[in-house]
Amino acid sequence: MTALPPPSAKKLGLVIDLDTCVGCHACVTACKGWNDQGYGAPLSDMEAYGSAPCGTFLNRVHSYEVQPEDAAPQIINFPRSCLHCDNAPCVTVCPTGASYKRAEDGIVLVNESACIGCGLCAWACPYGARELDAEAGVMKKCTLCVDRIYNDNLPEEDRVPACVRTCPTGARHFGDLGDPDSAVSRLVAERGGYDLMPEMETKPVNKYLPPRKKGAVEASPLAPLLDVQATGFAGWLDRLLEKF
Amino acid sequence: MHPAPSVVLFTVLSGMGFGLLALLGLGAAQPHGLAAFLHWGLGYGLAVGGLMASTFHLGNPQRALRAFTQWRTSWLSREGWAAVLTLLMLAPVALAAILGAVLPPFFGATGAVMALLTVYCTAMIYAQLRTVPRWNHWITPVLFLLFALTGGAILTGRSGFGVIMAILLGVALYWSFRRGDGAFAAKGATIGTATGLGALGEVRQFAPPHTGGNYLMKEMIYHVGRKHVSRLRIVAILCASLLPAAILLFVPPLPWVLAVAAAIHLVGAFAARWLFFAEAEHVVGLYYDAR
Amino acid sequence: MGYQQPELDTSPKVSDEVRKTTCYMCACRCGINVHLTSGKVSYIEGNRDHPINKGVLCAKGASGIMQVTAPSRLRAPLRRVGPRGSGAFEEISWDEALGLAVRWLAPLRAKAPEKLAFFTGRDQSQSFTSYWAQAFGTPNYAAHGGFCSVNMAAAGIYTMGGAFWEFGQPDWDRTKLFILFGVAEDHDSNPIKIGLGKLKARGARVIGVNPVRSGYNAVADDWYGITPGTDGLLILSLIHELLKAGKIDLDYLARWTNAPCLIEEAEGEEKGLMLRDILGKPLVVDRLSGNLVPFDTPGIRPDIAAVRNGNRTVFQHMAERYLAPDYAPEAVAERCGIDAGRIRALAAEIAHAAFDEPVVLDRPWTDFRGERHERMIGRPVTFHAMRGISAHSNGFQTARALHVLQILLGSVETPGGFRFKPPYPKPAFAHPTPHSYFMPGRPLDGPHLGFPHGPEHLALKLDDQTPARIDKGFTWENPLSAHGLMHMVIPNAHAGDPYRIDTLMLYMANMSWNSSMNTAAVMAMLTDKDEDGEYKIPRIIYSDAYASEMVAYADLILPDTTYLERHDCISLLDRPICEADHAADAIRWPVTEPDRDVRGFQSVLVDLAGRLGLPPFVTKEGKPRYRDYADYIVNHERRPGVGPLMGFRGDGTAVGRGAPNPAQIERYIENGGFFQAEVPEGAAFFKPWNAAYQDWAVAMGFYDQPQPYIFQLYAEPMRRFQLAAEGYHERQPPDRLRDRIKATMDPLPIWYPPFGDEVGAEYPLHALTQRPMAMYHSWGSQNAWLRQIHGMNPLYVPTKVWEAHGFAEDDWARVTSPNGEITVPVAHMAALNENTVWTWNAIGKRKGTWALSPDAPEATEGFLLNHLISELLPEKGDGQRWLNSDPITGQAAWFDLRVRIEKVEAQAEAQPAFGPIPSPVPPAKRNRP
Ligand SMILES: Nc1nc2c(c(=O)[nH]1)N[C@H]1C(S)=C(S)[C@@H](COP(=O)(O)OP(=O)(O)OC[C@H]3O[C@@H](n4cnc5c(=O)[nH]c(N)nc54)[C@H](O)[C@@H]3O)O[C@H]1N2
Ligand SMILES: Nc1nc2c(c(=O)[nH]1)N[C@H]1C(S)=C(S)[C@@H](COP(=O)(O)OP(=O)(O)OC[C@H]3O[C@@H](n4cnc5c(=O)[nH]c(N)nc54)[C@H](O)[C@@H]3O)O[C@H]1N2
Ligand code: SF4
Ligand code: SF4
Ligand code: SF4
Ligand code: SF4
Ligand code: SF4
Ligand SMILES: [Mo]
Repeated sequence: MTALPPPSAKKLGLVIDLDTCVGCHACVTACKGWNDQGYGAPLSDMEAYGSAPCGTFLNRVHSYEVQPEDAAPQIINFPRSCLHCDNAPCVTVCPTGASYKRAEDGIVLVNESACIGCGLCAWACPYGARELDAEAGVMKKCTLCVDRIYNDNLPEEDRVPACVRTCPTGARHFGDLGDPDSAVSRLVAERGGYDLMPEMETKPVNKYLPPRKKGAVEASPLAPLLDVQATGFAGWLDRLLEKF
Repeated sequence: MHPAPSVVLFTVLSGMGFGLLALLGLGAAQPHGLAAFLHWGLGYGLAVGGLMASTFHLGNPQRALRAFTQWRTSWLSREGWAAVLTLLMLAPVALAAILGAVLPPFFGATGAVMALLTVYCTAMIYAQLRTVPRWNHWITPVLFLLFALTGGAILTGRSGFGVIMAILLGVALYWSFRRGDGAFAAKGATIGTATGLGALGEVRQFAPPHTGGNYLMKEMIYHVGRKHVSRLRIVAILCASLLPAAILLFVPPLPWVLAVAAAIHLVGAFAARWLFFAEAEHVVGLYYDAR
Repeated sequence: MGYQQPELDTSPKVSDEVRKTTCYMCACRCGINVHLTSGKVSYIEGNRDHPINKGVLCAKGASGIMQVTAPSRLRAPLRRVGPRGSGAFEEISWDEALGLAVRWLAPLRAKAPEKLAFFTGRDQSQSFTSYWAQAFGTPNYAAHGGFCSVNMAAAGIYTMGGAFWEFGQPDWDRTKLFILFGVAEDHDSNPIKIGLGKLKARGARVIGVNPVRSGYNAVADDWYGITPGTDGLLILSLIHELLKAGKIDLDYLARWTNAPCLIEEAEGEEKGLMLRDILGKPLVVDRLSGNLVPFDTPGIRPDIAAVRNGNRTVFQHMAERYLAPDYAPEAVAERCGIDAGRIRALAAEIAHAAFDEPVVLDRPWTDFRGERHERMIGRPVTFHAMRGISAHSNGFQTARALHVLQILLGSVETPGGFRFKPPYPKPAFAHPTPHSYFMPGRPLDGPHLGFPHGPEHLALKLDDQTPARIDKGFTWENPLSAHGLMHMVIPNAHAGDPYRIDTLMLYMANMSWNSSMNTAAVMAMLTDKDEDGEYKIPRIIYSDAYASEMVAYADLILPDTTYLERHDCISLLDRPICEADHAADAIRWPVTEPDRDVRGFQSVLVDLAGRLGLPPFVTKEGKPRYRDYADYIVNHERRPGVGPLMGFRGDGTAVGRGAPNPAQIERYIENGGFFQAEVPEGAAFFKPWNAAYQDWAVAMGFYDQPQPYIFQLYAEPMRRFQLAAEGYHERQPPDRLRDRIKATMDPLPIWYPPFGDEVGAEYPLHALTQRPMAMYHSWGSQNAWLRQIHGMNPLYVPTKVWEAHGFAEDDWARVTSPNGEITVPVAHMAALNENTVWTWNAIGKRKGTWALSPDAPEATEGFLLNHLISELLPEKGDGQRWLNSDPITGQAAWFDLRVRIEKVEAQAEAQPAFGPIPSPVPPAKRNRP
């Protein structure tokens, strides 16, 4: 259903910590593995072993280089998937109603059996979160693992997205960003979590935590026990042993 | 955006078709019998062909009917409705003309309005996208409508109207090119805002997330050389606007003259439409540092 | 109309069944839950209970399913029918294949067992494969450690009885400052990431010392973009600063290290060795009594500043050396590419974290001298290091320096510091010494690999003192080559130096491609023939599971199963998967059956051993003792009661020691594929000296009696080799090596320029590789998912060089080293040492391999740096070509590589390009699924 539902109190989403992400791509293949056998059609790989492989993934990890004005250049790894926007343009453009935002938790999904594969929603998404599957001809996107997070067949602790469960560094956090007291909301508040491309007015639910400030700490330099060159080794040893 | 030849071809042709239908509906030309069949047939052919072709583009065309369900919110859905309504509403007018009868102008006029509305809906599919700043502007529907009207005017031999439309189209094209060049920057989206890392310093891509291709890159990241662009822009304005206007202005509207003018106009329209896609940059390119 | 949305089943059934086993996409060996649907593997996730990964998986592990469905999988045994390297094979039956292998091997065993060389690559069953080789009787066995990480492993073991690497880990929960030297990924792939995550969550400091600031170094809070090969200098400079300021843990040094041991000063054959009592125990001066007593005497307070008869303590020797101005930050800054001020700041930060913020646990413990301690006091500074320091020709000494630094801070085996993982700590003297004495028809006299304590342990033939091993391991060229020198096997066998061999048997090592230096030359060696038309290496047997580059260069291929289809055993006798708080081992078992005619290689070895009648593998009647590898895992005993697996022994309740239990594997399966035994709380720290730990280790069967020891800041075995070079040993090095041994085998850490630097200014740049986190060497490229992430590799170029050469995006460069040139795509990276270029390791593939289409990007744009690296250094004017290896351990010096670079026209293909190899498997289907 193409109209957006009234804003839900519960806003499920991810918080991604750019200070911690090492760019290992574990979340990329864990997502592919889960969704290849889960929600909707499998995620195809065209020319899988050929010269120009081109497959569908719901989560991709970029690496950027940032050159601060007065510090050494940095590399920042940057996972990118659907942000489950509150004001999701990908939903309103959809002619078939296949693209929809869930009223109860804000998850943005594609109902694949209604999708005609026109691609318009992918055009409308600023974040490149949607990929049209070349084999199935339907639009694919992050489901926030809707088939895990409520899944009674999974143990309680496993009811988190596949990417979150697998992330070795714990850089991905899942929770209710509509609840200001949730762990994820507190993390966002503490660490200055931010929106991507706010100028697109999509009001993303997912937040990114910025890298912490890098560089040397203010530590007082070490004071030599005495001038070893002047007093000689024996003097140094005596002074050292006084501490013992 | 990737200028898929099919999309370029069929948006141009169906635009022209709906333009022709609109002018026919308005009685800009009032052919009868075989001529009517040819005129209306051409209009229907272009319009329907374009629409059909756009379904080739779909991943699951067999479900195309579903696209009619979301007219409340979706311009694509509205386009579908508008097109079908146009075609239905003009059918009696066309039939009447072919059979040599005349229906009250109201029928044709409302059909014409619907035809232009269809073109407007088509344009709004693009114009609504914040993600493509070059498109995200009122000039987009204006351009689409001017193309439709110019095309329709040429095909119906309305020289005077055609000249005005063609000149307006030229101006609009020129302006849209100029405006478009600054549109992305004006939107304010940069690799810094896309990643949120801009505050730390200058951001560039170090390594892409995948060396293999993906749908996004094929569909939304397209590079076109500067030289190529300026050449095509000249072709677009010259052929879509100036030459047809000159022809309509100076050469009597004989059928073959109109055919030549239409052909030249089409060349320009194709060039303009190709540029419309090829030059349009989607903000997702920022993530790939590919602007 | 209200808002409507489709009905959704949010609780779909995930699979029919979950089977728990162990991942094998790398040596980390995480626990996995393999989901099966309709009998097929449908999904793989991490096992939350598993000690290593606690539920997480890396990119490779999570795409393991693509490894099982890979079209590159071999289908049946292959016999070569065309010339070697041509790729012409016929599929044969296992009976034929094994018959052929026996026809080749049996005569060797009977007449000249050394003519079989058996080397293994990514082998995770080394305690078994080495046992097999020992039973066969050949001295020529090793795994890949010699080109991989022996510098780190050996330096750690000689210094403190365990290294960073796989034998220990930081106290992730308590450390406050973590410094990472030269690590991109390492074997402890997931534990390091989990650990980094813990540090980040706590806001602890992480510092990266690495020429390249990617991966772990990217998340580090500070970065030292060091010039490759100079870490030793930086570390010794840090030691200089810390000593000068007195920021070292004197009490720790006095009690737990050989800092207070006295060194003989008198000239002669004892010079530089420790003073010892008649039982051989090193002597210290007791501060309380002033007496000269053995180091382990109860109640003493060893004096680190003692002098007896002119003999001074290790500590004095050390302090004197490192306080010298040569190690002042100013003296090393330029060479290291790091400001003196930054070096000072780093020293200050280390000292601050270690001494101003100690971690104190109220856990009483008793040490080996019988003294009880009420609390455990720790220095929360930890280091981790791997190939960035170990893959240089000065790597052993650099790795020693880092271990010594950590010991000086008192942060080894203390809370917040570096912690051993059982069965470590295990000092060099508790390991075997190398064995190489072979006789026709007999097993070898003992395990091949080990830790020499002096020249008497070298693997030299008793009669003529020539190398006993084909790789010349444990010779004067590299006396402490504890893991052998796999990278020298093919060159030496080809040259017939030290002797000719007949059969080269390789397992899981892509030696004709990414795991050899000088790839093109190795391919030529493998195909080179004698005057009489025989191959110089007459026979090559190879076990691989996939259509790798190496397959084409073998004569007989024994196709393996994948990791989900066989029994394996991750054993405490081998490379352990323990964590600091528990001992653990694990199995793999066939969670799915192969759909083709392949067999687990270990089972094939068991079968071959039976057919060859290798003693421990056959009964007295000559019947095979083990049905297959699973049977071996359960029933083999290395020592009475101690077998490959520690869990569920005896009646199923015994741990560590106990009789074989026929139901052991089933019990492992029920338990999730692994077994874990907690280290008792009071035994968790100070392990080498902690009586509670020592007792636990004995009970577990790690050793048979407590063996407390002190850390070797001063490594006496090295001094023994120096003494030999000075003329004081009955075994004497060749004269050409004397000076080098004297210079490099220093018992205290030193730094010398990496040998690669000798090529001089003509090659101004350092060239490195890094492991991509999402690829495992060559074998990730066949994985449809992973190859989309890394399908090609550019050479990353630092800004200064990028601008100097006028490079732009999509440009190409020719890169030249003394050994050759390559032409490759380049990319710009600013966060990079300004004199270093680098690329991802092992992405480049040979055309036609791995069931990829010949125009795959891996084969057209992907490239190897290996073409630029030689196993030998350029000739230096003395007619000798020295090994491009560490002179102490023989570790391959991959990262010594120096190059120059120039811009060239964009190319269609990376150079050198080799002709396609016909694929031994049918072409892959175009699309998936
Ligand atoms: N330039 C450069 N070169 C390097 C390095 C470097 O840093 N830079 N690093 C070096 C180091 S440290 C190492 S350890 C080597 C690693 O190099 P290798 O040990 O050669 O590693 P792989 O390329 O993974 O090759 C292992 C082979 O095992 C096969 N294999 C995979 N799974 C199985 C299985 O289940 N059974 C069997 N029988 N075979 C299997 C694969 O198909 C592959 O052919 O590379 C070395 N080469
Ligand atoms: N994903 C994945 N994991 C793997 C492997 C794999 O292929 N893929 N291979 C496994 C194997 S066999 C091994 S041996 C380990 C190796 O694991 P690592 O030790 O992490 O090996 P490399 O990736 O070679 O990384 C070496 C690092 O050292 C840096 N470096 C190079 N020279 C210097 C130097 O002089 N000083 C300093 N400070 N840094 C330097 C390089 O920039 C690089 O970051 O990884 C294992 N784990
Ligand atoms: S799994 Fe975690 S650390 Fe790895 S790339 Fe994804 S978010 Fe980053
Ligand atoms: S990220 Fe894109 S796909 Fe996801 S909700 Fe927002 S606009 Fe839609
Ligand atoms: S691709 Fe599918 S989901 Fe997207 S807009 Fe078209 S019909 Fe809707
Ligand atoms: S939440 Fe699920 S679907 Fe979304 S990126 Fe993570 S694993 Fe993929
Ligand atoms: S680190 Fe990755 S590949 Fe290695 S064993 Fe663990 S999950 Fe498997
Ligand atoms: Mo390695």
